[in-house]
Amino acid sequence: MRARGLTKRFGSFTAVDGIDFDLFRGEAFGFLGPNGAGKSSTMRMIGCVSPPTHGELTILGADPVRDGAAIRAKLGVVPQEDTLDAELTVRENLLVYGRYFGLPRAVIRERTAQLLDFVQLAERADSMVEPLSGGMKRRLTIARSLINDPEILILDEPTTGLDPQARHVVWDRLFRLKQRGVTLILTTHYMDEAEQLCDRLVVMDHARIVAEGTPRELIDRYSTPEVLELRFDPSLHDQAAEKINDIFPERTEVTADRILLYAADGEEALARVQRAGLEPLTQLVRRSTLEDVFLHLTGRRLVD
Amino acid sequence: MAVTTEVAAPEVTLGPVPGWWRMSVRGFRCWLTTYRRLWRASVYSSVLGPVFYLAAMGYGLGSLVDKHGTASLGGVPYVEFVAPAILAFQAMNTGMSNAAFPVYSAVHWARIYIAARATGLRAGDIFRGHLMFITMRVAMNSACFVVVMAAFGTIRSAWAALLLPAAALTGLAFAAVVAAWAVTLKNVNPMNYAFRFGAVPMMLFSGTFFPVTRLPGWLQPVAYATPLWHGVALCRALSLGTGLDPASVAMHVGYLAAMTGIALWAGSATYRRRLYV
Repeated sequence: MRARGLTKRFGSFTAVDGIDFDLFRGEAFGFLGPNGAGKSSTMRMIGCVSPPTHGELTILGADPVRDGAAIRAKLGVVPQEDTLDAELTVRENLLVYGRYFGLPRAVIRERTAQLLDFVQLAERADSMVEPLSGGMKRRLTIARSLINDPEILILDEPTTGLDPQARHVVWDRLFRLKQRGVTLILTTHYMDEAEQLCDRLVVMDHARIVAEGTPRELIDRYSTPEVLELRFDPSLHDQAAEKINDIFPERTEVTADRILLYAADGEEALARVQRAGLEPLTQLVRRSTLEDVFLHLTGRRLVD
Repeated sequence: MAVTTEVAAPEVTLGPVPGWWRMSVRGFRCWLTTYRRLWRASVYSSVLGPVFYLAAMGYGLGSLVDKHGTASLGGVPYVEFVAPAILAFQAMNTGMSNAAFPVYSAVHWARIYIAARATGLRAGDIFRGHLMFITMRVAMNSACFVVVMAAFGTIRSAWAALLLPAAALTGLAFAAVVAAWAVTLKNVNPMNYAFRFGAVPMMLFSGTFFPVTRLPGWLQPVAYATPLWHGVALCRALSLGTGLDPASVAMHVGYLAAMTGIALWAGSATYRRRLYV
């Protein structure tokens, strides 16, 4: 898959502003960015349900506008909001979807059994969709997206709105798919999701791509190995921030409730803070994450 | 199961897209799967309604009408005059009501179209697949009513064998227009107006319960221009075996077929604009 100058406008609003990326077979590729960055619009163009306004997009060697239907037949899509048929059972949802792709009943039956096993819903095969939990519905959507044995699986915010436990189950299943060599494209505004699942990712902000690389490369390039997080009494927050700027000139970020010190050695930075007589309420030395990369690139946090 | 081989994976080749009929049938089957769960309830409501009309209008009101002579109805008892018209407007109603809110819901509430658009189907396939299902529903209801008409002895001609396709065409013409339009809507109010100010007056004044010639002179051309009048006139001619000259049959069928054709063409565009933005 290849995009050059890919642009999507809705009237005067530019949702995606001339982005370039290349994507290879068997790769897990992520679009990381806050809400409204243009991730979902990009995914809809990749899913061939939204024609680009400008630019070049090639998917599986074909043009999504001219060959949209043929490309879609080779894609699996997990949309941000579930589009399951609540009036049908779990099994019937897979049946209907498989029929859209023109699969014979016998093939659908066989794949349904395998897929429901895979997403751990086998014992719910004949229950209606409506009473299923959010995590179960998402897993069913993933099973449904695999019914046509797709070349590429597209996931738009696959764990948004799920509780932590359900998220881990979904991650585990997606990780297994990745191990099997399925090409994954996903959007997320969770940095831990991107770190766990993506071989390579782009960071999007304000309709543009602001950085690209593996999670490791991005952290090496845009952050320091360690981060010291300090939290002060709110009344002392601003004062402390000023002082820290003096004693730790390398790089700091001040957020609403915390002060982050980007250091090669977090303990050493903490020692400097303590020598200066500052007394934080809490202190934490941790490794850098993609959240720090995003903060550095945009001056804002991913999830507000 | 989704497994790609890592060893020098061959180039992906996109398969050919099957023809529009096969693709539309794929869309149709989705509706059929859902309907298998609901058909009993729907049959009661959609068959009993027209039967009530037949009893109340045909026999209740008809007993009064027949006392005053039915020369202006072509000399047939009122029930025989009104039964094919009830068939035609129930076909219209079934077509319209299965197209209006269900199409809106498939975009906004149940989101069946939103799920379907991500597959190999195209906008036109989704549209035609849904119309196939609606036409099937029209045909089912109409078949039930034709049986009732026959059982009550209101049919006079062997041409009545063609009542079913005539009613199905009437229902399809309305369904195609309404679906092509409903998919563009952003709220439900216009659909309520379409029923109140479109379907209801048509049902009352399109030569259904009384001949169009009884309307004020200036209103008659309006009645003759409505699609329902063509459906009613066609069904009545087939049921009574009168007025079956090739020219007027061709006009009625041609009108309804043209309406369907234009709506099929327009709907492919409105569906594409709504679903692939």
